[in-house]
Amino acid sequence: MIAKGKVYKFGDNVNTDEIIPARYLHTTDSAELARHCMEDADVNFAKKAQKGDIIVAGKNFGCGSSREHAPVSIKACGVSCVIAESFARIFYRNAINIGLPILESKDASELSNNGDLLEINFDSGIIKNLTKQEQYKTQKFPKFMHDIIKAGGLMRHIRQENK
Amino acid sequence: MTITEKILAAHCGKKELLPGEFIKAKVDFALGNDITAPLAIEELKNAEIKKVFDRNRIALVPDHFTPNKDLQSAQQCRRLAIFAAEFNIKHYFEQGRAGVEHVLLPELGLVKPGDLIIGADSHTCTYGALGAFSTGVGSTDLAAIMATGKIWMRVPESIKFIYKGKLKKWSGGKDLILYTIGQIGVEGARYKAMEFTGPVISGLSIDDRFSMCNMAIEAGGKNGIIAPDKITREYIKSKPGKPRFYQSDKDAAYSKTHEYDISNLEPQVACPHLPSNVKPAAELKNVNIDQSFIGSCTNGRLSDLRIAAKILKGKKINSRVRLIIIPATQKVYLDAMKEGLLEIFVKAGGVIEAPTCGPCLGGHAGILAEGEVCIAASNRNFVGRMGSPKSFVYLSNAAVAAASAVKGRIAHPGEII
Repeated sequence: MIAKGKVYKFGDNVNTDEIIPARYLHTTDSAELARHCMEDADVNFAKKAQKGDIIVAGKNFGCGSSREHAPVSIKACGVSCVIAESFARIFYRNAINIGLPILESKDASELSNNGDLLEINFDSGIIKNLTKQEQYKTQKFPKFMHDIIKAGGLMRHIRQENK
Repeated sequence: MTITEKILAAHCGKKELLPGEFIKAKVDFALGNDITAPLAIEELKNAEIKKVFDRNRIALVPDHFTPNKDLQSAQQCRRLAIFAAEFNIKHYFEQGRAGVEHVLLPELGLVKPGDLIIGADSHTCTYGALGAFSTGVGSTDLAAIMATGKIWMRVPESIKFIYKGKLKKWSGGKDLILYTIGQIGVEGARYKAMEFTGPVISGLSIDDRFSMCNMAIEAGGKNGIIAPDKITREYIKSKPGKPRFYQSDKDAAYSKTHEYDISNLEPQVACPHLPSNVKPAAELKNVNIDQSFIGSCTNGRLSDLRIAAKILKGKKINSRVRLIIIPATQKVYLDAMKEGLLEIFVKAGGVIEAPTCGPCLGGHAGILAEGEVCIAASNRNFVGRMGSPKSFVYLSNAAVAAASAVKGRIAHPGEII
């Protein structure tokens, strides 16, 4: 599995109220949620983001509520991966469960800039910064998480396992 | 082992557990609300699941955008009602019999000491106040639990918090937890169990304990927990079910220990836009407010309303200010009515709403306009949390919120009575 896209940088403690404000939680429609992705952190994000783009943030990304609408909106917006120095735990589970790849990398969080082109190899756990010709370390997923993401989420994984 | 490790071990059939181990645990009770359950229901339908693991061990509580705030919210609640009927879910609470989930379930005795409770709501950590392991997850995890009754988890390291000294008159559980989050930061307990101990906790009422454990998530915690004691036993005495009482061993291992002497702890206020941005209320007297909100799973209990009524009795709130009071459940509402608290609030110029999360998460019933400032006895003050991304939320206990409504600015309750 490989992802490639442009970096959008955010700071520490990006919370779920910023990722998808509660005023849009009266729907579960992913396309509608995508239109408001990251709205209270960057009001134009949903318009700017292209398919494959990558969110790079600081510490504790996704803190706050349990709303799965947050990773759903990011995935439906076309974002191929979220990289952060660290993630809040419910967001982490939710992202894996819906099949949104997320990676912890302090190097990528500190060294990559807005607009850099990144290429991520999920099998080897290597993040290449094609703009700056750098390489960042990250942890590979444990196998069971890798399988969930590859299946496209937890429920699909459960169905595959039951077949 | 710690109390958290013991409860997790008991739920995965092991005698011993170490932090960092991955386990598959049996869930005693699961819950979802009108925001999170619809997505879980979709997941179940997509996976063609026809049966839940146990219809008696699931609660569906439409509490966030209820009474239905608009057509789309009504549709979401309708999906809960239809699903509950189709799957014969025992604990579905129609509006008017519901209330804020984390106040409702303990009130009914559906969550007990020693239980493992998983909810599709981040404030599920509230029930740790009873000596249970409880934590929040998202909708897909809830779907998987509804289907299988199990969840995978990593056993968290525990952080021990010891509170010594004697609480001052206007300080309580909310102030202890705000102070703690101020000390360790919003990710200070990320992925960890927060175990609250010490003489101050032993003397703390169950409502104050709920407020504390409720906000463990605001420090990034997986769960907050208080070992059951006399006060816990008294609280659950009249409730159904079989509790299991666990205590941490004397030689239990903690990743960190924090000890606080709180004898001088004044009421605390978390300033915009993080729950860790904490200052004593008395230092914020220059902050004018437009709204005061008393309610939510943090501070919508009877004891919160009592303390607010004590301050508001015979007073009028400031003419520029809106005071919104939301009893967290029908029972809290009724008790407040019987005790004459609601009359005090109405005479003071306050608005009383039906039990709901309402403005806490910017749903309805008290949304902030651009530039507005609210003091809220709730749990989060992120950008846009209560409405406009250009509004400001300060978090406090119910007494400070009531006193501030009278003064029209952030006030210490001692300024009023």
